Amino acid sequence: MSGKGELKIFSLLVNNKPGVLFRVSSLFRRRSYNIESVSVGPTGDKSTAKMVITMLADEETADSFTRLLKRTIDVIDIVRLNPDQAIMSELALVRVKTDGLSNRNSVLAMIGAWGFKVVEITKDSVCVQVTGNPPDLENFIEMASEFGIEDVARTGVTVLEKSRPQGQA
Amino acid sequence: MVEYSGASALVESLKREKVDLVFGIPGGATLPIYDALVGSGIRHVLARHEQCAAHMADGFARVSGRVGVAMATSGPGSTNLVTGIATAYLDSSPVVAITGQVPTTQLGSDAFQEVDTVGIFNPITKYVMQPRTLSDVPRAVKAAFYMASSGRTGPVVVDIPKDVQMAKGEAEFPDAITIRGYTPYIAPDLLAIERVATTLLKAAKPIILVGGGAVRSGCSPIVLAIAEHLSIPVATTLMGKGSISDDHPLSLGTIGMHGNYQANMTLTEADLILSVGVRFSDRSTMNASEFATDKIIIHLEIDPSEVDKNIKADQYVIGDLNTTARLLYETVLKKTRNLTESSWALRVKRIKEESEALLRKDTNDFLPPAILRKMRELLPPQAVVTTDVGQNQMWAQLHFKVFAPRTFITSGGLGTMGFGLPAAVGAKAFNPRVPILSIVGDGGFVMTCNALATSRTEGLPVIVCIFNNSMLGMVAQWQRMFYDRRYSAVQLESVPDMLQIAKAFGVEGIRVQSMDELEKAFRTALRSEVTTVIDIPVSPEEDVFPMVPLGGSLKDMVVKP
Repeated sequence: MSGKGELKIFSLLVNNKPGVLFRVSSLFRRRSYNIESVSVGPTGDKSTAKMVITMLADEETADSFTRLLKRTIDVIDIVRLNPDQAIMSELALVRVKTDGLSNRNSVLAMIGAWGFKVVEITKDSVCVQVTGNPPDLENFIEMASEFGIEDVARTGVTVLEKSRPQGQA
Repeated sequence: MVEYSGASALVESLKREKVDLVFGIPGGATLPIYDALVGSGIRHVLARHEQCAAHMADGFARVSGRVGVAMATSGPGSTNLVTGIATAYLDSSPVVAITGQVPTTQLGSDAFQEVDTVGIFNPITKYVMQPRTLSDVPRAVKAAFYMASSGRTGPVVVDIPKDVQMAKGEAEFPDAITIRGYTPYIAPDLLAIERVATTLLKAAKPIILVGGGAVRSGCSPIVLAIAEHLSIPVATTLMGKGSISDDHPLSLGTIGMHGNYQANMTLTEADLILSVGVRFSDRSTMNASEFATDKIIIHLEIDPSEVDKNIKADQYVIGDLNTTARLLYETVLKKTRNLTESSWALRVKRIKEESEALLRKDTNDFLPPAILRKMRELLPPQAVVTTDVGQNQMWAQLHFKVFAPRTFITSGGLGTMGFGLPAAVGAKAFNPRVPILSIVGDGGFVMTCNALATSRTEGLPVIVCIFNNSMLGMVAQWQRMFYDRRYSAVQLESVPDMLQIAKAFGVEGIRVQSMDELEKAFRTALRSEVTTVIDIPVSPEEDVFPMVPLGGSLKDMVVKP
């Protein structure tokens, strides 16, 4: 039931209170769809939260989830975005194994080339904070895996709709 | 300022919602609430199982159009409500359930009689709330009644921890409430209505399909006016039965797995279906991909998530059905077109004649079809009938005519055995002057026959007619038809004796074996001040027909074996 189709992004404005994530995620669980990522945080107005959910699905499935989410009490607003309509950003913490000084230098050089920030260095690992588009994160993780990855934590993607170019309706 | 407790604030809030009747069973976690009910003027009908309390509240809601209220204690009280609340949810019945909960300090500790009521009810309700302070209580009750009774109606649960019930302080009672993220009414799109009217008027072979939404919204008289103005035949789903009178010349009866011949055939041949408040359930449409073949589907619906869910709509209008139907009526009224003399009208007439010829083959033997027709004759037109689930329900759908909305009460979506009797008791509590008949089977009756106790002690007499084939009849029918007659766990061996059950509960019980005996028993039952259980032996080999086998489409209906 899940994993087919392309990435669909739901950006929800929800009431910021207990049980809302449960109500929303239950819709996916009941229909046996896997949520690829979810990120939640309060908006400028503390009584609401922005919830960004991504899933792999065909257009029809995404449409039906849009209708179900719209109907869900506590979902105030819903915007469905295709990846090309959205500014997408994600953060990951990646702990890369290092094995001796020369190896560490190579890892640090790679991180420097990407322009990411090192947040921890130990005798045998380097932890880097990676931000950007999900594909960028995946590329980085793939390259880092050549050195050996000890651990990864990703936040899940968050999005804002792209502004329309000026002068266009 | 008046000092309230959480419990008295709850009772005051209920009174402000004009609640004068609740169904329930007390328990440890609802003691403060039950204490506050004393002298409140709210009548409490004591059920003997929380499932029955929920079905009673549901039956009350379905006949009255008002919100039915059920009460249960924490833990097992609330889990016993589950089947009843799920039944209400699947049929969009406005029920508010008040449950007790362990004190907030013990939540999540596996305290005595604690379950996660909010978690359990989330997928089977419109909403669940757990007020955490005294001042949350009036707002929660207001919100519960508003949500249950607006938009697509449905059950709401308010779970109140015991310490919240006992807290003392001031309370404010809001007169109105808005809930961010809840927009029950969407204004129908006028252009869409205009387009629907144009399409409808172009159709050569239209049919109107009316569902439970038409009953809930009360829009069926306007839908009938549209049908009459354009001479379009009307079929209903099981949940729509009663929305227009079964005696109306345009009425075809119900479609579906055990639908009427004329309804299923006319729908199959139609080129356009104007569907009003239906959700195209699998038991109504049968084979979904063939259902809409060569047809234009128009869907008028209040719940946007129903559009395109089971059947793709070519055109749809989302909004309150009363408003939508009225606007559509006004639009078609400006245009004249009448199908009275059309070839479609002649074809429908022919199908109806075929259907009647088939019915004439039905014997007048003492079997469910003839018995149901006889009972209809013996009851006034405004009588309410509730059914259980299974063969009894499908026979009632086919052979018991109803003439008005809210007089045919059945568990359509969840198909809950045990629904019939408690729903009848709830209906009687709303309308004590109208005879209430509950048509049940021997299997389902036993599941909730404790409701006889409530009917006896609360003075709520109903007539229970048991089609007693000593079988789980519908399962047995399927085992006969699709499993080479290998019966598996369907024989009930005539246990219990229904007359002794009746006697034990202090109600009348009578076994009838002929039409004359039935008539006599019925006339006595109608005058009786206690419930009458009429036990009617039925051959275990009796099947319900017509029937559309699973996977088949409506036209594949088997009329007789």
